[in-house]
Amino acid sequence: MSGRNLNLLGLILVGIIGLVFMWLTPRFAELDTVLDLTVYMIMAILALSLALIWGYGGILCFGQAAFFGLGAYTYAIAMFNIGESTIPFLLAILLPAAFAALLGYFMFYGRISDVYLGVITLTVTLILFNSVNSTAGPEFHIGVARLGGFNGIPGIPPLNLPFDKNAPISLEGMFYLSTGALLLTYFGLRLLLASQFGRVIVGIRENERRTELLGYDPRVYKLATFTIGGALAGFAGCLFANWGSFVSPTIFGLAQSAQIIIWVIVGGRGTLIGPVIGCIGIQWLSAALGANQPSGGSDLWSKVFANAPLILGVILIAFVLLMPKGLVPTLADVGQALLGSRRRRKQRGLEAQQAE
Amino acid sequence: MAQPLLQTIDLSMHFGGVKAVRHVNFRLAEGELRCLIGPNGAGKSTFFKMLTGQLQPSHGQVLFRGHDISQAYAHEIARRGIGIKTQVPSVFDGLSVRENIWLAASRICSGERARRLVDEMLERIGLTEAAERPVGQLAHGQRQWVELGLVLSTNPELILLDEPAAGLTHEEVLKTAEIVREINRSKALIVVEHDMQFVRMIAKRVTVFNQGSVLVEDTVENIMLNPLVRDIYLGKRAAA
Repeated sequence: MSGRNLNLLGLILVGIIGLVFMWLTPRFAELDTVLDLTVYMIMAILALSLALIWGYGGILCFGQAAFFGLGAYTYAIAMFNIGESTIPFLLAILLPAAFAALLGYFMFYGRISDVYLGVITLTVTLILFNSVNSTAGPEFHIGVARLGGFNGIPGIPPLNLPFDKNAPISLEGMFYLSTGALLLTYFGLRLLLASQFGRVIVGIRENERRTELLGYDPRVYKLATFTIGGALAGFAGCLFANWGSFVSPTIFGLAQSAQIIIWVIVGGRGTLIGPVIGCIGIQWLSAALGANQPSGGSDLWSKVFANAPLILGVILIAFVLLMPKGLVPTLADVGQALLGSRRRRKQRGLEAQQAE
Repeated sequence: MAQPLLQTIDLSMHFGGVKAVRHVNFRLAEGELRCLIGPNGAGKSTFFKMLTGQLQPSHGQVLFRGHDISQAYAHEIARRGIGIKTQVPSVFDGLSVRENIWLAASRICSGERARRLVDEMLERIGLTEAAERPVGQLAHGQRQWVELGLVLSTNPELILLDEPAAGLTHEEVLKTAEIVREINRSKALIVVEHDMQFVRMIAKRVTVFNQGSVLVEDTVENIMLNPLVRDIYLGKRAAA
């Protein structure tokens, strides 16, 4: 089977699994589970935003949480002021995209090196964390929306059907919306990456100087990629604010920023499905380990297994050391090696038959 | 006198106190093939980097078809029609040969035309069979062809080749010389090369660089006989 057919088969498979999952889950699962799965879907969109800019664009952004948090806060603040969700929803995508474009402009046109890019994006996230964290007083408000500082903003009204504030989206509706959005984001990015734009950004990741010497301006392509990544993260942030009806500064925290990078490392850079699997798998594991905590036994092993950050840390180190390419690319390599050896065996068999 | 395709005026490049290129005045006619020779550190590669926008000159001008490109970005210069094959093959190692060539071809055309151009180029560089293999897995010589394919696919008017024969087998050197002559039928070339046999195979005129400036410029035959050139460059190489 050629690479092209395999690719197509993978796409069809993802589509079918996604649609079946979306259709069956609310019918068979408890509401609690549906709610948990909703947040996995939302975070997977966030993972895809970094998969695009880091995995394909080669831009290591430590600050994807900045755009995610901005999306969530923009939605919350706009929603309290406007009361109808269409414009807040759009603002929650546009504002983080504009912020990413501005930040990206200075970084890429200023020819900042990769290491500093990581430092700058992380710093921006932490500045946002500290700024928002210190807005607890009543004097900090935008319109009627109080920023709430470290207490966050509770009771955020849910999304409604476009231009109809009397038709809020139900919890189940949020599941459909998030899963549908994840599938659309996935397929949209696949299309983008198959286009000339997508191939050029991969070219820039592979060899920026050569891309430039062929006549492409890497700054334009990097800026566009970074902006799209910011918009996607903002979109995920908006859905996240909806999901919990709550947003707090921890969304800009170091833990949140690091987590996104871990999803991509574990799932595999240079793929889209990898980070989605990494994100969902790690969140599921964190939840499962967290669930152990209250009822954890008193012996050493149950204490160790109840310590989610410890287990996740071990997993991350194991992946970096043993599977640096990540889950999906490593499985693909193993698959290809197996296929190759089968083909060779078959060929040897044929040669042996011919010899007889 | 007709306007030269490329001209440098008083071109200089300083790195701190080190003067890598000093007051170079260079002219290349339309369709000409020129070789640059000179000892290591003579400033040839720096000169190439200034012509392609990888370095901005400290002083002087680079005129391409009369336009000053000395302060232009590398991608702007590439779009004006100067392509470069670097000394160490600069290719997209993680992509297949076909994807490499396509990336170059799709800058100037799209769709079916780009695909046709890619197929023709694969044929021309003799890598049709290896089209789907990642370039990182190819041998050094083949990666050189891929890079040449990349440069040719963007259809430049002037091609700079930095040591195209380095590290190649004798057969590959002969093939490279043939390809260079073939390219020269429609394009101008500047070739930096140490291998004098190769230079004799391809060039009519040679410019000798030494310590950042042009030492002498003459026909290849006269260069080989020039006592000064023999002394500072050819003699040492012969002795080595």
